[in-house]
Amino acid sequence: MGMTITEKILAGHSGKDRVVPGENVWIDVDVLMTHDVTGPGTISIFRKEFGKDARIWDRNKVVVIPDHYIFTEDQHAKRNVVFLRDFVKDQQIENFYDVGTPDYKGVCHVALPEEGYTRPGDVLFGTDSHTCTAGAFGEFATGIGNTDAAFILGTGKLWVKVPQTMRFVFNGKMPDYLMAKDLILRIIGDIGVDGASYAAMEFAGEAVYSLNIEERMTLCNMVIEAGGKNGIIAPDNETEKYVKARTNKPYKPVQNDPDAEFASELKYDTAKIVPLVAKPHSPENVEAAERLSDVKVDRVYIGSCTGGKLTDFKAAAKILNGRKTAVDTFIVPATTDVEKGLEKEKIGSKTLLQIFKEAGTRIGHASCGACLGGPEDTFGRINGEEICVSTTNRNFPGRMGSKKGQVYLASPLTAAATALTGKITDPRKFLA
Amino acid sequence: MSQNRITGKVYVVGDNVDTDQIIPAKHLVYDTHSPEERKLYGKYAMSGVPEEKSGLPEGGVKFIKEGTFESEFPIIVGGKNFGCGSSREHAPLALQVAGVKAVVAQTYARIFYRNSVDGGFLKPLESVENIFKSFSTGDHVEIDLDANKITNKTSGKSFELRPLGDAADIINAGGLFAYARKIGMIKSKAEANV
Repeated sequence: MGMTITEKILAGHSGKDRVVPGENVWIDVDVLMTHDVTGPGTISIFRKEFGKDARIWDRNKVVVIPDHYIFTEDQHAKRNVVFLRDFVKDQQIENFYDVGTPDYKGVCHVALPEEGYTRPGDVLFGTDSHTCTAGAFGEFATGIGNTDAAFILGTGKLWVKVPQTMRFVFNGKMPDYLMAKDLILRIIGDIGVDGASYAAMEFAGEAVYSLNIEERMTLCNMVIEAGGKNGIIAPDNETEKYVKARTNKPYKPVQNDPDAEFASELKYDTAKIVPLVAKPHSPENVEAAERLSDVKVDRVYIGSCTGGKLTDFKAAAKILNGRKTAVDTFIVPATTDVEKGLEKEKIGSKTLLQIFKEAGTRIGHASCGACLGGPEDTFGRINGEEICVSTTNRNFPGRMGSKKGQVYLASPLTAAATALTGKITDPRKFLA
Repeated sequence: MSQNRITGKVYVVGDNVDTDQIIPAKHLVYDTHSPEERKLYGKYAMSGVPEEKSGLPEGGVKFIKEGTFESEFPIIVGGKNFGCGSSREHAPLALQVAGVKAVVAQTYARIFYRNSVDGGFLKPLESVENIFKSFSTGDHVEIDLDANKITNKTSGKSFELRPLGDAADIINAGGLFAYARKIGMIKSKAEANV
């Protein structure tokens, strides 16, 4: 019996010829990422367990990307970054993207690929649940806590239970009114927020392979919202083109064996999927956008690792171009590269930035922003009873700030269409 | 009392309690290794649970009483997918600081489970059935780890728990570092001079 991509990567990194789902193995880590919220705790555990003079296992394999609580006056939050700075200096870590310097990037899950840290066949751990985003590059990538990360810092290894692989196939072409967000919401709506617990979720099919890398990242980003351990998309020319443009490091792409065994396979006729929204307060609460056209909203938020990449803003701009928003609309680029892209990328003669300004939106700086609420002075944070349509990945109670707020998750196309009308709106209305 | 028995009053929640409910993101800024600041994680544990769902069924029962840092409830009973969402280890840590010894839920989100086990914060126990509706907040509960059983002393009903499975070695060692030292994978604290 053959192995899936996930199984092959885990076998290769544990020095075994083969592994089977359910087996526990110790694997070698290629990259460990941490950020300002979970980094300080990780560092404290590392020092406590390995000693205050201990050295990390490989300073070239650790990447530190402050991104969560950046543009805030909260003193505790600012102290977190100071903590990272001291550790990075002490351990001579060069892969550090410090706040207030030209190196600053923004959201880690988008910064990692931009800087060449996501490579096919690799193992990436990060102290953030959305580390699974990097499965889009055909690597094993998953989120861990501080203790596990501290253990890796000292040893370069971690135990994992080999997950079974669930396969999701999107047949047919991708219609222009759908985005990766709609595909992943369709799956979560069908299998539920624990439908893929402990499993690898592999995405395949013509529609998936037609997606660019950023859209593939959106698909893998939200596997955690179905309980998944990691997302995975077989690497192809598109993947290699993106990776080779950003790193010289060698890597080994891995494909499924022809006789690989999947725990399940769910097939979709992509043309039958419509623009979707996840209603409060769960990503599985999925409904067609067109059936919620009487839901009034107070604001629209376009940003985060899920919905703040250049592809997301191009889609939003297509809808907003030459029109005015009807409600407060927040634009938060994931990274500084995306921020620069808004000034370069054009539709007709206008840059995306011009389009957003003319539409009356408010534009913030690259960071996680209000996706997870954060300190009370965070740009776009829900501080009252606002109803918000957001391109982010979670709509749990209080996720974007106040417990009294209500968050509807949607694609950038649907979010932009909603911004124009003030009610949840199917983007097909503006794409005709 | 035997280490394999946990007793006390229970706090009851439902399905899909996520980490933003266990410890809201704005509190993730306190230093986990400063004794004074660490207490704040106890103070705000479970503070993100919506008012109407706090302690179910009518809600309104605070997990932490105003002005205190520890809970009167050492045991939490929930339903499916407990601890879903973010990878923040502050979630099991907050529960531990609040005095929680065990959570019993039908299933867990993977990272919360792993963090609870590897960090040695608390025992994440799985019930065979979804049992949260058979408990009311404040009921007296006894967990017997040898018999894999949870008993609601107030109602007299008992429910089966799943054995710890392959996490048992790490849980019994007290966490990942203690386990790795036990199997000789990393140096003992004395050798590492810590």
